[in-house]
Amino acid sequence: MSTSQNPLAATLAPVATPARDGVMLRILIVLGGFVAIAAVPIAFASSYQLFQLTLAATYAIAILGLNIVTGFNGQISLGHGAFYAVGAYTTAILMTHFDVPYWATLPIAAAICGVIGFGIGFPALRLGGLYLALTTFAVAVAVPQILKYKGVEDWTGGVQGTFLVKPDAPEFTGLDNDQYLYLFVLVIAALLFLMAANLLHSRIGRAMRSIRDNPIAAEAMGMDIARIKTRTFALSAAITGLAGALSAIAVEFVAPDSFSVELSINLFVGMVVGGVGSIVGPIFGGLFVVFVPNLAESIARAAPGVIYGVILILFLYLLPQGFAGFPRRIGALLRQRSQG
Amino acid sequence: MTDAALLEVRDIVVRFGGVTAVGGVSFTVEDQQICGLIGPNGAGKTTLFNCISGIYRPNEGEIRFAGSTVTGQPKHRMIGLGIGRTFQNLALFKTLSVRDNVLAGAHHLGRAGFLACGLHLPWVGREAAALGAEAQRLMAMLDLESVAEVPVASLPFGTQKRVEMARALIGQPRLLLLDEPAGGLNHGEVDELAGLLRRVREEFRLSILLVEHHMNLVMSVSDKVVALDFGKKIAEGTPFEVRNNDDVIAAYLGEAPHDRAA
Repeated sequence: MSTSQNPLAATLAPVATPARDGVMLRILIVLGGFVAIAAVPIAFASSYQLFQLTLAATYAIAILGLNIVTGFNGQISLGHGAFYAVGAYTTAILMTHFDVPYWATLPIAAAICGVIGFGIGFPALRLGGLYLALTTFAVAVAVPQILKYKGVEDWTGGVQGTFLVKPDAPEFTGLDNDQYLYLFVLVIAALLFLMAANLLHSRIGRAMRSIRDNPIAAEAMGMDIARIKTRTFALSAAITGLAGALSAIAVEFVAPDSFSVELSINLFVGMVVGGVGSIVGPIFGGLFVVFVPNLAESIARAAPGVIYGVILILFLYLLPQGFAGFPRRIGALLRQRSQG
Repeated sequence: MTDAALLEVRDIVVRFGGVTAVGGVSFTVEDQQICGLIGPNGAGKTTLFNCISGIYRPNEGEIRFAGSTVTGQPKHRMIGLGIGRTFQNLALFKTLSVRDNVLAGAHHLGRAGFLACGLHLPWVGREAAALGAEAQRLMAMLDLESVAEVPVASLPFGTQKRVEMARALIGQPRLLLLDEPAGGLNHGEVDELAGLLRRVREEFRLSILLVEHHMNLVMSVSDKVVALDFGKKIAEGTPFEVRNNDDVIAAYLGEAPHDRAA
């Protein structure tokens, strides 16, 4: 397992340090810089490439949600695809049946997933470790079938799914729809990662990690385990649900088979590859989940699964602490060199 | 109320199945007193200790602290009431840095919730800064500044013990429960610990209840010693009195008095 000691914590620390002078400015610079760098592909990438990057950003957000509950709080979820699905369907139903503007569906999707996550958080208190993993896994198995259920077909579109319309870019931006949506998702991702960084460096984030490391001592320090764990689960579900909502807008389509168990597993893989308990890890995780399967297919069209597996094993072998542990590993290697 | 003891343990009975681990023990700890709780293995010290720290709920009896009942309170409320503790075999947050471990001890002093922290509101920053300064002061006092950013799991045992002490002290307890603080320490470290306990009592104006096997430590730092054997209090008094008590000597030397020979 990775730890809170990821090397990027130092980079992010100034955001959470008490010196308040110019903090807002610094936050804006960090956020602006992040969005600016990530937005560079708008200038030259094709529509399809931008679409893939948009998806990677939504996965990064979803993995951030998963990492908060699993990486930082130690509650293993193998079913976060379910929240992604609920978020996506919430947006699809609101947009197609109620004509709610795309941006207004996002807080609603997050709120609904947050409430469901809070509800799951209570039984989760009694189900430690692997039992919780299997229970959440069962939820992920059930969700696609629930979405196909005849009784809700009028809303969900049943097996066929539902199409929605990609929002038009506002005139003043001068961007086409794909470029605009990519930028929109980037800005939301930046805000969410910033808030997550604030939270995880605060007393609440410290309590999450304390409970993960040693619940008995955490309680003696005055931490209300039930309260923090259920709220963490709710927050995690809300973030992942918001990611699902964004994905529905980007894909312009929702169908039960897009939210199979594989999705939950992919999110988990993305979390581990990016770095368990790392704040920036999910960014790498999102990119991995979208691009590595494509890469595998371009290497061997006949057996992309095998190539994907090999790449995954190589990653875990070479970067046991995920991408986020990479700079530290390099540092350690260099030190060894200079000493040897 | 002013002359009431800080901690009052009244007729505590704890049974595990058919076994009575603690059979009706009463004693008090006064404000700013160091009280040692001793007894051979299985005497019920740890069970009693766990009742006071809220981990076990006694079958009978009551524990009062600063004038109010604490028996039955949830565990996470204890530090808010003023009862802090350390653990027998260390219970640190092993992947967290020393600084974060110490700050975790101040959790109950903070007010910021999920939303305020996520938005990093100005008052959240001020709150964190105040507690951060306090953590810095305690780390300086316990000689932990040089390892402040190191994950605790990689530190030597004696250092980890000091981290746990700093973590307990930052919570501003009025009563500090120490479960075998000398366990695993060498001679020199035990002497340092004795000095530290006295100093902590002076500087933080708190009471200490100490469960300890290390007789020299207990006898040198305690104002008062309570001795248990087979779940009963067999002696209470100054270290000198308890050391010379016949029942205590018998309990430790294994020579059972006649009335317990059944």
